[in-house]
Amino acid sequence: MTNDLDIFVGNTTLIDEEVYQLWLDGYSVSDAVSLRLRSGILEQTGATVDVLQSDTMDHYRTFHMLERLLHTPSKLIHQLHFQIPPSRQAMLIERYYAFDEAFVREVLGKKLSKGTKKDLDDVSSKTGITLKSCRRQFDNFKRVFKVVEEMRGSLVENIQQHFLLSDRLARDYAAIVFFANSRFETGKKKLQFLTFEDFAYCAEQMIQNWTLGAVDSNVDDMDVDLDKEFLQELKELKVLIADKDLLDLHKSLVCTSLRGKISVYNEMEANFKNLSRALVNMASKLIHTKDVRDFFIDLVEKFIEPCKSDKWTLNDVRLFLTQYTTSAHTLDAFRHQALWDRYMSTIKSCLLKMYHD
Amino acid sequence: MPGKLKVKIVAGRHLPVMDRASDLTDAFVEVKFGNTTFKTDVYPKSLNPQWNSEWFKFEVDDEDLQDEPLQITVLDHDTYSANDAIGKVYIDIDPLLYSEAATVISGWFPIYDTIHGIRGEINVVVKVDLFNDLNRFRQSSCGVKFFCTTSIPKCYRAVVIHGFVEELVVNEDPEYQWIDRIRTPRASNEARQRLISLMSGELQRKIGLKVLEMRGNAVVGYLQCFDLEGESGLVVRAIGTVCTLDKISNTAFLPACNSPSKEMKEIPFNEDPNPNTHSSGPSTPLKNQTYSFSPSKSYSRQSSSSDTDLSLTPKTGMGSGSAGKEGGPFKALLRQQTQTALEQREFPFFTLTAFPPGFLVHVGGVVSARSVKLLDRIHNPDEPETRDAWWAEIRQEIKSHAKALGCHAVVGYSESTSICEEVCILSASGTAAVLNPRFLQDGTMEGCLEQRLSWQPGFFSIGSEKGEVDFFPQNQDSSSLLGLEETSPPGCGFCHIPYDELNMPFPAHLIYCYNCRKQKVPDVLFTTIDLPAEAMVIGKGCLIQARLCRLKKKAQAEANATSISNLLPFMEYEVHTQLMNKLKLKGMNALFGLRIQITVGENMLMGLASATGVYLTALPTPGGIQIAGKTPNDGAYEQHVSHMQKKINDTIAKNKELYEINPPEIPEEIIGSPFPEPRQRSRLLRSQSESSDEVMELDLSHGKKDAFVLEIDDTDAMEDVHSLLTDVPPPPGFYSCNTEIMPGINNWTSDIQMFTSVRVSRLSNINLTNQTLNKNFNDLCENLLKSLYFKLRSMIPCCLCHVNFTVALPEDEVIQVTVTAVAITFDKHQALQTSRVPVEKTLQRASTDNEEQLQFPLELCSDPLVSQPFSPAKEVLENASSHTGVPAAQRATSVDYSSFADRCNSWIELIKLKAQTIRRGSNKTTASLDKASPLAEGHLRHRSVPSCTNSTVSVVKMTPLSFIPGAKITKYLGIINMFFIRETTSLREEGGVSGFLHAFIAEVFAMVRAHVAALGGNAVVSYIMKQCVFMENPNKNQAQCLINVSGDAVIVVRESELEMVPVQPSTAVSQPASAGDVTT
Repeated sequence: MTNDLDIFVGNTTLIDEEVYQLWLDGYSVSDAVSLRLRSGILEQTGATVDVLQSDTMDHYRTFHMLERLLHTPSKLIHQLHFQIPPSRQAMLIERYYAFDEAFVREVLGKKLSKGTKKDLDDVSSKTGITLKSCRRQFDNFKRVFKVVEEMRGSLVENIQQHFLLSDRLARDYAAIVFFANSRFETGKKKLQFLTFEDFAYCAEQMIQNWTLGAVDSNVDDMDVDLDKEFLQELKELKVLIADKDLLDLHKSLVCTSLRGKISVYNEMEANFKNLSRALVNMASKLIHTKDVRDFFIDLVEKFIEPCKSDKWTLNDVRLFLTQYTTSAHTLDAFRHQALWDRYMSTIKSCLLKMYHD
Repeated sequence: MPGKLKVKIVAGRHLPVMDRASDLTDAFVEVKFGNTTFKTDVYPKSLNPQWNSEWFKFEVDDEDLQDEPLQITVLDHDTYSANDAIGKVYIDIDPLLYSEAATVISGWFPIYDTIHGIRGEINVVVKVDLFNDLNRFRQSSCGVKFFCTTSIPKCYRAVVIHGFVEELVVNEDPEYQWIDRIRTPRASNEARQRLISLMSGELQRKIGLKVLEMRGNAVVGYLQCFDLEGESGLVVRAIGTVCTLDKISNTAFLPACNSPSKEMKEIPFNEDPNPNTHSSGPSTPLKNQTYSFSPSKSYSRQSSSSDTDLSLTPKTGMGSGSAGKEGGPFKALLRQQTQTALEQREFPFFTLTAFPPGFLVHVGGVVSARSVKLLDRIHNPDEPETRDAWWAEIRQEIKSHAKALGCHAVVGYSESTSICEEVCILSASGTAAVLNPRFLQDGTMEGCLEQRLSWQPGFFSIGSEKGEVDFFPQNQDSSSLLGLEETSPPGCGFCHIPYDELNMPFPAHLIYCYNCRKQKVPDVLFTTIDLPAEAMVIGKGCLIQARLCRLKKKAQAEANATSISNLLPFMEYEVHTQLMNKLKLKGMNALFGLRIQITVGENMLMGLASATGVYLTALPTPGGIQIAGKTPNDGAYEQHVSHMQKKINDTIAKNKELYEINPPEIPEEIIGSPFPEPRQRSRLLRSQSESSDEVMELDLSHGKKDAFVLEIDDTDAMEDVHSLLTDVPPPPGFYSCNTEIMPGINNWTSDIQMFTSVRVSRLSNINLTNQTLNKNFNDLCENLLKSLYFKLRSMIPCCLCHVNFTVALPEDEVIQVTVTAVAITFDKHQALQTSRVPVEKTLQRASTDNEEQLQFPLELCSDPLVSQPFSPAKEVLENASSHTGVPAAQRATSVDYSSFADRCNSWIELIKLKAQTIRRGSNKTTASLDKASPLAEGHLRHRSVPSCTNSTVSVVKMTPLSFIPGAKITKYLGIINMFFIRETTSLREEGGVSGFLHAFIAEVFAMVRAHVAALGGNAVVSYIMKQCVFMENPNKNQAQCLINVSGDAVIVVRESELEMVPVQPSTAVSQPASAGDVTT
């Protein structure tokens, strides 16, 4: 005797969070059943495998029907088809848009194109995340990107409004969209020690300070694209390294105030010019898209690695950067104070966030 | 006479993309009523069109208003080719036709297409202006209220219960008309939906006319069914109970209830200041009024005098004879009177299953009749005489069965059919009963009220009465003190036999009532009604099912009908035996809500009986089950038998423990001779008591003494015994019943989940025998139940109520089982100690408070002190936990959960608010200002956009019960009766049969909810899925399904909101105490 048809429909849609997670993780019904078996659910409830199989199938069918609505969460809230309590709706959406750290590190900064999607099986085998789950996560990124890409207003808020995500998750998506738009390189071996959280933090800093939205709140793409005018102006900072006197004066100011305070004083003094050149050169080149992409590699190669090899502590870095930024203000010949602050505050935050093992 | 129907089409949303090129839709709407059609303008290029149409006005007869549905069609405008239909909405405007129900239908309706399912939603407003109709010969019956609920609706009072009403209309099925060969499946489905809608409107109107004729104003227990007779046509028939209902204006008087029984019990306490009097002296005069049975004073005096006799009897030790003499004529009088009340009726039937207190005097037993008919084409739809005649015949049969049981009425009456090809089995069943004539007559309004209110105190003084009588073993003669049957406590009165002991219609074992010791009762009682609220029960009840299959040769027409007729009595008998055995195995002695369904298929018959077993204190403790071997000399065999016997005994003991059946031991001396020894009874030959070639009866219930003994004489019998033991009890924390209320549980929480589960199973067609069939069917049902328990495990402790199984045999070797039920969580702690009631009540209130916040989070958001509302609730919870001594950890978790949910909620609401604003064009300044605190932002935006309330989808609860636990029904908005067809030609793409049906049932729920919400309601009670016909053709990748559902749309208000009017705390406390007295 075989069951051709076996369904259960509740007036309030029944949602099992465990099964939902298995479904999101891309397991097939049979895999999900064996995983549930291993969790000892049968012993707890005295059910049989058949029951588990039928229950899993039911949930998978429900999720399959809900998936269409999850693509536009506002539809899920307003639809009449499934009666789901608001707290559960929130859970469904939040979990559907949640992503794996391992996955996002693979895709962050890549173009969200068909090509990338084709490479997802590599990502899947590398990360151990099922291809199905990879596809869902990738499609989520792409969907969010498509919707908010051309929209005016705050990126985080736009994401929150259209996808009804929690504040935290919306911020993460803002970072993903920002990275995908500017195509920052994050996959190089040297950058492997950085977590998604590091990048997300940097993205937030850059969005807050370096985009159009930071100066004008009523333009298209305000949070997604970097402020071109700003990048252009950054060239002016070159005077800090081009003018020999200015460079020396800057160095002496920094050295004076850091003496006795920093544990790596000698190394700092020896390296000051290199570090300063690195930071200012990066600024002057940011107008080129190619250099924007290499932004994080430059930070690591030209600043973090030298410091690390000299065994600077995080505190040393913080003291140095603080002093390095403020000292420039006392240079009378240097006239781009506002520009300098806009540049350096973000650089400083990013570097401090990234300075770890 | 005219009425004016006004319709406005407001907007649409989530429409499907109809134009691939632009990914948009140019939608417009056609509004059709009768033969008049209006159109809105085309709203170009949008998936969320805002039509905001003018009011379309239809001037129509009220006859049409009753018959016709409002038909709204959404189309996509196409300049070059024909306009494509997106989907339709049918709106039954009947609820707008009576004054007390809804006044406007307004809301979002899913746009439904029979091929594609739900495709977006449309916002519609409908109103009706009705002019008074003074025409005496009118054909309409506007104003008659209909209720699916099979008891007197909660906010009404029955002034008179008039009785049975029935009607049927027939038509040709559009699916079988010649035109169907050339039209599209969509057109055919729509024609069918429309026709059935029309027919049920017409049927309801005709029934309404009959109601007016009987001078009633409502139909309660309205049951409408469709018979899809295929080639021979389509029959829509309905039965119901005509009543004159009176709205209870002072609703605050009736406390809201967790269960109907509670409500009824609570009334007397408000009336009776001293329910616990144990002295019989003062209670006697009270009783005189209480039990005054007839409307006239003299009777009441008579009853009082005999009552006095009774209380004297024990003291003087004589007078029993005299009382008997007096009692005799009284009984006759009573009978005569009731007779007159009923005899003017053709069929004294009542579709009700629960009654006002005092209505039901005695219950005789189940009566049923079946008849096998050959269908022929209905030649003249206007005179459906044959179908009428068939049903009339069956009803006559039922009536005569009831008479044989000494009863003049049938309650819990229902009718059903099973059709396979051209053979049709018509079935009717009910419970023979003796009723109180008071409710059946006109002009006794005060009497009714008095009765209703005063009946109760007696219930609670039973203790004293019983105590006294117990000491005097009464002899046979004194039992004819029957004049006093009315004074016998209502807790057992209904169990007393209505028939004459010396002239019994069948052999039965009669025993003196264990409760009052004055009257005879049968040893088991089968009924189709709900457990009466006043019934005294020990322990909890449980769902009992008998399942049976019988193979049948394939045959044509006449031969087929004959072979079915021949099989039926055997099936009835076996189903009955199974039920009896299972009942014994559970250690119980009565069945309620019995429903026996016999389904006919091509090559088999299926019988499925469901009922709720309980232990009635009035009936004797059931004896065990004895197994007797045929060959007593075989040692191994003997051993096997004794092993089985042990297993059975163990099961009985286990069940008694599980269902908390621990009747008090009654010493032998007190019992006296009337009680039979629990010895093994002599075996009787099983015989079919009566069977005509067409109609069988099933009032065997009392005679089957041999049910105690199972004789294992062949493998068949062995199988039977085995199958008895295969029924697994539900896992811990679960109970199930098919009645409204579960005895022993009365502390429901408001956590309910209504569901429908369908299974279709294909039998491997090799070696089909009755045994394998039985086993397969048994497994199918048991597995289905197991699956339900597993799915609902998060609701433990919980009870599945109103579990309703239906079986269909759509094809050879295919069995379809459909279950609809509601799972209700109950509060374990409260059950343990009833004296905690007040504290728990506040606790419950606290938890419902939290839930409300779940439902109306918007208000929460707009509240400037967002977190404030939770804290008092928490406090109460904490207080409560400290008071009740419930593990604090448990409480704590619940608090955490609710606050978490709230947080989630307010958050999502907030987001919704934002979503609203963005559409209206956001401006950055406020946004950045509020960036830091998203909550504050919510407030600001909320204030600026007050209209966003409509964005929330309101919650609509559904239940097959007549009540919503933890809430009170404040208004009935009208009947919901909907019929849907869904068809697909891409079955695989839609996820196979399971995916197809899953989606369809979810759609049906959604459409019911939407209609209820549009009526202004928030719940459906007495919901029932009457039909779910599923057909598939996997080879063609096609499937079709028809679903018919009905229920009552209502507005419920949470108990906590009602409790502004304080319920006297003393009432609540005193109740459990006295109730405890009664049951011990």
